Amino acid sequence: MNWIGRRLPRLEDPALLKGGGSYVADRASKAAAVCFVRSPVARGTIVDIEIPSDGIIFTGRDLVDVKPIRPILHRPDYVAIGQPVLPVDRVSFCGQAIAVVVADDPALAEDVAEQVFVDIDVADAIIDFEAALALDATPVHPDAASNVLVEGRMRTQGLDKAFADAAEIVTLDVRSHRQSAAPMENRGGLAEYDAASGRVTLTASVQMPHMLRTGIADTLGMPESDLRVIAPDVGGGFGQKMSLFPEYVVLVWLARKLKRSVAWIEDRRENLLASAHGRDQAFSLRGAFAGDGRLLGLDADLRSNIGAFSCYPVTCGVEPLMAFAELPGPYDFAEYGVRSRGVTTNTCMMAPYRGVSRPTLTFSMERMMDVAAKRLGIDAAEIRRRNLIKTFPHRSPTGLVYDEGSYLQAMEVALDAADLPAFRERQAAMRERGQYLGVGLSVFSERTGYGTPAYAARGMEIVPGYEIVDCSMDPSGDVVLRIGSSPHGQGLKTSLAQLVSDELGIEPQRIRIISGDTDATPYGWGTFASRSMVIAGGASKLAAGKVAVKLKTIAATLMETSPDNIELKDGWARVSHSNQAMEIGALARAAYHQSHRFKGLLPGLHESAVYDPGGTFSNACHVAMVEVDIETGGVRIERFLVAEDAGVLINPMIVDGQITGGVAQGIANALFEEIVYDDTGNLLTASFADYLPPTAAEIPEIEIMHMETVSPESVTKAKGVGEGGAIGAPAAIVNAICDALSPFGIELFELPATPQRIREALRRAGVATYA
Amino acid sequence: MPDKRDVTLAVNGKTYAVSIEPRRSLADVLRDDCGLTGTHLGCEHGVCGACTVLVNDKPVRSCLMFGVQAEGKVVRTVEGLADGDTLHPLQQAFWENHGLQCGFCTPGFLMLAAGALQENPDMSDDDIKDVLSSNLCRCTGYQNIVKAVRLAAREMRARTRA
Repeated sequence: MNWIGRRLPRLEDPALLKGGGSYVADRASKAAAVCFVRSPVARGTIVDIEIPSDGIIFTGRDLVDVKPIRPILHRPDYVAIGQPVLPVDRVSFCGQAIAVVVADDPALAEDVAEQVFVDIDVADAIIDFEAALALDATPVHPDAASNVLVEGRMRTQGLDKAFADAAEIVTLDVRSHRQSAAPMENRGGLAEYDAASGRVTLTASVQMPHMLRTGIADTLGMPESDLRVIAPDVGGGFGQKMSLFPEYVVLVWLARKLKRSVAWIEDRRENLLASAHGRDQAFSLRGAFAGDGRLLGLDADLRSNIGAFSCYPVTCGVEPLMAFAELPGPYDFAEYGVRSRGVTTNTCMMAPYRGVSRPTLTFSMERMMDVAAKRLGIDAAEIRRRNLIKTFPHRSPTGLVYDEGSYLQAMEVALDAADLPAFRERQAAMRERGQYLGVGLSVFSERTGYGTPAYAARGMEIVPGYEIVDCSMDPSGDVVLRIGSSPHGQGLKTSLAQLVSDELGIEPQRIRIISGDTDATPYGWGTFASRSMVIAGGASKLAAGKVAVKLKTIAATLMETSPDNIELKDGWARVSHSNQAMEIGALARAAYHQSHRFKGLLPGLHESAVYDPGGTFSNACHVAMVEVDIETGGVRIERFLVAEDAGVLINPMIVDGQITGGVAQGIANALFEEIVYDDTGNLLTASFADYLPPTAAEIPEIEIMHMETVSPESVTKAKGVGEGGAIGAPAAIVNAICDALSPFGIELFELPATPQRIREALRRAGVATYA
Repeated sequence: MPDKRDVTLAVNGKTYAVSIEPRRSLADVLRDDCGLTGTHLGCEHGVCGACTVLVNDKPVRSCLMFGVQAEGKVVRTVEGLADGDTLHPLQQAFWENHGLQCGFCTPGFLMLAAGALQENPDMSDDDIKDVLSSNLCRCTGYQNIVKAVRLAAREMRARTRA
């Protein structure tokens, strides 16, 4: 029986459904409670911190021996800045932790924290990142000469000629406002001190446990072997939980200092204020188009607001350099000029959020395609047909190599399912009645499962990418897989079990996956960047494959045949074309207990494998059909279609879940969510009453279709699929809104397209609408 | 430290005698004093619904209710939903229809749906979607949650008739 390709209900679920999940807060009730005192202002000099006499309180002065968090890119255009775990002299954003309180329970800790008085000499904060770029702008960091902390530039030789030859030059300024990944579980950590060994176990809601261990050990100057990091059940991450945050360093410091267990469980206000944000970007594009709609060249100036600090380990280059490298997207053109800058401001740090730059760059390219199509009198699908990548491998102007994909086919499949002719008829009929329907397309590539070469190319000092997997079969024939990936809701354990089942011929229920414990798993890079199925999956397949080879050798010895004649299936090792068979459990027992019989084999069944691929591109086309209410500016999504190519689907149910959840975040990005600061850097959206994730009422049914391009770049034949939904949806929705409002000549270039922004555009177009 | 009150709670058919500060939320009492950590806290200001439990059969945000207010009332949490090893139809439907990913919001959605279906077993599909829009989920995009509750409602109606 093959397990790959089956919609197997997840092995993770029964515990989670019965309230038996174990998140960090569930383990923390016996520890002392930690509360952080946070800066009420965005910028200023710390004059004094007055602390009440009867509490356990520490400030930056107590932690002067702790090194700042200072991630490095080895590029001449990168300026490294340090983030103190608790600042001594100045604050750099509203919400920055400046003191820490320890008490018997969280309510008491908050009581004490309220009595800490922080005297700050307030300075004018730099909030607007376009203003921060001005030559005379005050530097956010005194040790950095300008507010540009990273800059990528390139220009192909033929770019000027492409613009000279252009029949049409399309210029646009795109703005994506700041967002929060907003996982349902906030951050949190429990640092437990073991008096016997002096070791600390940090249980934390994180995506990269090994990286956290290294980062904390480096920062505190402690032996890495004295720290164990556990990622238990994690209530969503979406990138926000990748980074090394000061709070976790402080927790481990406290546990060692006080020789007791301490826990910090973040609340929602802190999470929106002080964890990490993303997508705060302004892109200016010029596209040179030939008369037939072919894109000849693209010239882009890209600015990303990276906030007050650089996130560890991926650095503040993560958004600007992703945008730099991947702006060309799914389109085949040769001439490209780009300047992409990361700009620091007195705001919360930028860190990866599902999609990383690609929602904004896809929005930019797809808006440009629609605008160009209108100007040139070409259909929106047709201009894409003329520009999409059709031959593989394709080399982009920035040197990225795209493996086999189905850019054109995915669009055609989505268009067929959408039945555009029928939609256009209905659209026309409804316009007569003053109702405005629109359809929008978004075609994009999603670079997934990339190993060390991709990160090394960015000049990262810490180069993530590979995964190591240890696969052991015990004497009863059950399997334990130890992985460095760290899933947090993706169902990876189920998918990996299916993959390994097919290698070893046993049921998925007999495969236990151990993740998220640095004492129990090989060093790895956690779960992010749509990498785990491709990379941890690849290493799992390779490791299990080695165990399978050994099983076959043992079976062949015991049944006096050649290993080539053995097939592992349904719990048995069978000899081809014969009735001879042995249970896999019996072979496993022999491997351990009769090892003297197998000459040339080491005892037992334990194998490791490493996988470090170059990367593989998924691709998709999204089609949104919306109705815009021109009185309220409200947008209703009528249909949303996704034609996705993620290669071979290990568990199609889980893949569809990833796409649907990603699209929901994309819809949020398109219409609802926005982190807003006032001019002084005070956060105005610090609760879920102000920052608005969509509910079931706003998310329509997502119709999903699959292509299956098999790529040689992935040993499992699976491509990554974690981010595509979020990448493609904003462009499709805003293109649909603009199609709906085309009778008024309205073009929107701002995310999210809130009712206020849509009404403002309508008013500017002279359409009567509520003020 | 504020004075503590002795309170007796009836949770999932079991009696808990706890000594709690009057300011302590029901969610904190359930999690820390009763050890029932299946009830999760996502926002602590009554928006996300992860902490939803049933109090006298009605869905309640346990972060917005004090523990002392639960004295004499009947509380049901996600731990009390299954019948021993047999999953509740809602739990079974969430499992079969991939109605959860990270699982953090799941207890709140299960209890919200359980309470709503107890009050009105014949909710229309639109009513179900409307009720479920009380809570937030960040992973699933809701589609499979809505589907699971619809299918569970059907199953529960069929069992009642049988």
